[in-house]
Order: sequence, then structure tokens, then C-alpha cells
Amino acid sequence: MADIRLSIPKSVESGAVIELKAMIRHDMESGYRRDIQGQAIPRNILEYFECRLGDTVIFSADLFPGVSANPLIKFYHRAQESGTLTFTWREQTGQTFYKTAELVVL
Amino acid sequence: MMTKYRNMNRRKVLGMGAAAACLTALPRQAWADEPAMAAAIKDMFGDKAVLDGRISLTMPVLSESGYFVPVDVEVDSPMTPDDYVRRVALFSERNPIALMALYNFTPYSGRARVEGKVRLGGSQTVHAIAEMSDGSLYGTSFKVHVTLAACVVN
Repeated sequence: MADIRLSIPKSVESGAVIELKAMIRHDMESGYRRDIQGQAIPRNILEYFECRLGDTVIFSADLFPGVSANPLIKFYHRAQESGTLTFTWREQTGQTFYKTAELVVL
Repeated sequence: MMTKYRNMNRRKVLGMGAAAACLTALPRQAWADEPAMAAAIKDMFGDKAVLDGRISLTMPVLSESGYFVPVDVEVDSPMTPDDYVRRVALFSERNPIALMALYNFTPYSGRARVEGKVRLGGSQTVHAIAEMSDGSLYGTSFKVHVTLAACVVN
């Protein structure tokens, strides 16, 4: 299972714009590298990231080989209601990785 | 005698400056308007005019490693259901795939700002284009120097 780290505020005032940070450990193998025998290393990247509050998508990103390994992404959300934030990444193989966090709006 | 020597020096220095200006101008022109990047932008946004302003792209001017280059894009928008930023795309002039990342915002984003890290295959100008909810496009660019290019050998 992937190593995912999230950084979200513990609790926020309603209407405040909060910063959300998410990082996943992943090589984001670009497909442009060769191994020690000179064989091309096949591409294996995360191609999609999504952050949902309940069922509502609040932010998403399409990722390409131009994104660094262990991608960190920092974005924002206007807090209006409490709920479960789900951070999901989809690898090109179709495998998905996710982690959830509770957002508490006062 | 002293005056003459000083004049010679000054002339030489000016000449060197002109030569250096020519040398730096050449590669810049060679990279400008990379056809692959232009094609990628056209693919995504069509032929619509890209306006200046409302978007800012911040990156380090000099990066030691092209593998991890921080990017920070912010678009000036109220982010309401009527007027928000739909998406922001980052393009590279020199990477094998011009499109590096595409960020999709919603009115729930609250603020149209995103930070991440990208790979760059050498010194170049990075371009960011934002598409607003009314379909208008705003673009900006940032020139970066990269000491060690991210590996792009085929």
C-alpha cells in the first residue's frame, strides 16, 4: 500500500479558505530512463489525482511524466460543511490509492 | 598613454558585451515557440486567443536539479459558481511531452492556487494557461535555468 501523507487543518471556521497538502510515495517512472543493462524502464505513472468532500469533487489533476516523483500537491478549499475528505490517486495500471481525513467546520 | 590604454579597454569590454549578447540571444530564439508545445496548447484550448494578466506563475530562477522544480500558479478569480477558474495547464518547451500537469478547479476550491513539483529537461520558459468558467484564456510564462536536466534520453 502506498505511503500517503496528508496535511489538513484540525478544525476551521465556516467560510475560511484552507490549504490542503497531499503527498504520495511513487516513482512516477517516466518511461524515458534506462536501467543498468541499457533496457528501457517502462513507464508507470500516476495519471489522476482527485480530492472529494463526501461525494463532491473539490479539486482534481491530470498528471503526466513531467510531474516529479513522490508528487506533492498543495491546493485550497473554501470550508462550508464538515465531512470526509478523500484523496485518491489512480495509477496508469488502473490501481488506485486513497486516504481519508475528517474536515471539521465550526 | 594611459588614456589611450583605457579607451582600448573600454572598446574591448563593449565588444565582449555585444558578443555575449549574441550568444545568449541565439539559443533563446532556437527554443522560442517550440512546435510541439504549440501543438499541445492548440490540442487543449483550440485557436482561442490567450490573454495576458490574471495569472501568475512563480518558480525558482535557477534550479540545480531538473527532477524537482517547484511551481506555484495562482489565478485571480472570485471562485464563485458564476465565475471560477475551470483548469490550469502547465506546458514545457523542451520536455518530450509538452503538457506536464493539468489542474481542474471547482467553485469549492475557494482559491485558484496550486503548488507542485515538475521535471524539466533543461533550461527553458515554462508556460501556464488558465481557462475561466466563461471560456476565456489567460496565460503567462516563467524563464527557468536548470543545471542538471531531468533525464530524457530515449
